[in-house]
Amino acid sequence: MKTVLDLEKLNYTWPGSRIPTLSIPHWQIKQGEHIFLYGASGSGKSTLLKLLAGILLPQQGQIRILGTDITSLSARARDRFRASHIGFIFQQFNLLPYLSVEANIKLATHFGHQARQSQSNNIKNLLRQLALESSILPKQASQLSVGQQQRVAVARALINRPQIIIADEPTSALDSDSRDNFIQLLFDNASTNQSSIIFVSHDKSLAGHFDQHLSMNELNRLENSHAA
Amino acid sequence: MLLKVASASLISRKLTVTLTTLAIAVSVFVMLGVEHIRSEARQSFSKTVSGVDLIIGARTGPVNLLLYSVFHIGSASNNISWHSYQTLAKHPLVSWHIPLSLGDSHKGYRVLGTSKNYFKYFKYGQKQSLTFAQGQAFDHDFDAVIGAEIADKLGYQLNDEIKISHGVAAISFHHHDNKPFKITGILKATGTPVDQTVHVNLQAIENIHQDTPDTDSSHHDSHDHANDIKVTPDFITAFMVGLKSKAATFVVQQQVNNFSDEALLAIIPGVALTELWQMMNTVEKTLALISALVVIASLLGMITLLLASMKERMHEIAVLRAIGAHASFIFLLIELEALLITSLGILLGIILLNGTLLASQSWISSHYGLFIDANIFDTTLLTYSAGILMVAAFLALAPALLAYRHSRQIT
Repeated sequence: MKTVLDLEKLNYTWPGSRIPTLSIPHWQIKQGEHIFLYGASGSGKSTLLKLLAGILLPQQGQIRILGTDITSLSARARDRFRASHIGFIFQQFNLLPYLSVEANIKLATHFGHQARQSQSNNIKNLLRQLALESSILPKQASQLSVGQQQRVAVARALINRPQIIIADEPTSALDSDSRDNFIQLLFDNASTNQSSIIFVSHDKSLAGHFDQHLSMNELNRLENSHAA
Repeated sequence: MLLKVASASLISRKLTVTLTTLAIAVSVFVMLGVEHIRSEARQSFSKTVSGVDLIIGARTGPVNLLLYSVFHIGSASNNISWHSYQTLAKHPLVSWHIPLSLGDSHKGYRVLGTSKNYFKYFKYGQKQSLTFAQGQAFDHDFDAVIGAEIADKLGYQLNDEIKISHGVAAISFHHHDNKPFKITGILKATGTPVDQTVHVNLQAIENIHQDTPDTDSSHHDSHDHANDIKVTPDFITAFMVGLKSKAATFVVQQQVNNFSDEALLAIIPGVALTELWQMMNTVEKTLALISALVVIASLLGMITLLLASMKERMHEIAVLRAIGAHASFIFLLIELEALLITSLGILLGIILLNGTLLASQSWISSHYGLFIDANIFDTTLLTYSAGILMVAAFLALAPALLAYRHSRQIT
């Protein structure tokens, strides 16, 4: 199977700090893999996600995504790369509250430089698959329930058909019934594009859904590669 | 897309954004209003008199003489004697002369005692003569020629009779009740104080101030009109002079200023106007500075709004970055929001100013003799608007750079 992510000798230190935040000798993710990444707060999870997304740059090492070393790209090219190949889902506040659901999703296609045609169709299909009525499209994001917001966030993360989905504690604001439901919807939809999922959570009860588990402690300063 | 996001973001903060916009609108109103009235006042002043070479009155400040003789602002501290007027009128270089006698009023409008020369020689604007909308100049003592605005405001027509009061207040306790004047002419609008003036024969002014028609004043040749009692006044307020040659202006001015019988002052209208502008200059500059500071204060208010909201917008910035927005998008978003608020404020300020001017135009002209055009759309307006927008863009660098730096390094 294709390798979608390949980290090599990665080192990151927050500016002004003397102790390195992250040091990952090697890490690989293959296409379609669902990874459950857990770790206490302060273990460097968020920093890692930002490095993967190309929002932060490591002081050392390579981050190859789909064969491209994103650390060698210009800032603008990295942003464009992220827009078209990585779908991001946050814990909460995924949407711009003052934009409509439709505008929120279209914003992602705007940055992903996706052709306008078939956009609306895609959006409606996605919403249907995520059990959302298309009548919510003109609604302001701030009018939706948290559960609806998170599902719209999935729709937005998937609209550009990204190869990697990064979900940063996306279920922590949901009740336990909706959590399992949410993860199922995420998996179902990700499978259409064979997207890999990096799912970060401190809630280990969710780990059962995933075929790979990884703790930050294992990953960070890990001497040997972790690959399935 | 940027514009869509920026405007949606502003609409979601309706209340604070509206208040900030209003603050900017008011400041723009003040700034453009000051500038507009300044330039309009200059224009209005400089077009009030033209083709008059010298104005001669009792010795006072040149600006003062100009103000009371032409603009009917304030009153003369001293009159000049009829004798001096007659002597100077016969000066070989004088081509024509117009006597001016002020001090009476009709319902708050100034009454000017003058001669028929006024309608013949007085010019305003680009050397335009006065023209009659109806009727003609006065022939008899109790004839009156009224300005366009008086006819319009008070609804007067030819042959209406009006009464004249002593003094210039709108409500005067001393009416010259027994001697009504008949309107024989209505002038076309000029956009100068002429529109607000009742013009009567100089002798009439003298006559209404006589308690009894029978006086010991020097009677001139008898007149066929029964009501006319020919008396020459002892004093007039000032007189205007046209010379046979422009080149003689300074010579005659010098001679008048050295006139031995009486302390007189001759002014060249254009020179006195320049002096007036120099006096106004400091005031104008102060006003311009204050209005500029008011604008900056309102813009700082907007920047405060943008900075204060920055904390709660950190999530928003993180989301935008995550879906692929470049940090410059965030920078431009904040700048655009600032420029949108400012543009809206400027637009609102312009509408406010235009409306206010339209509503108060006639009030300003009747109270201050200034004719302010309500049309404020000119290059100055564009320059000022562009200037305000540039200052806004500059000040907005603070929140925009903060957001930019934050988006480069999301914590």
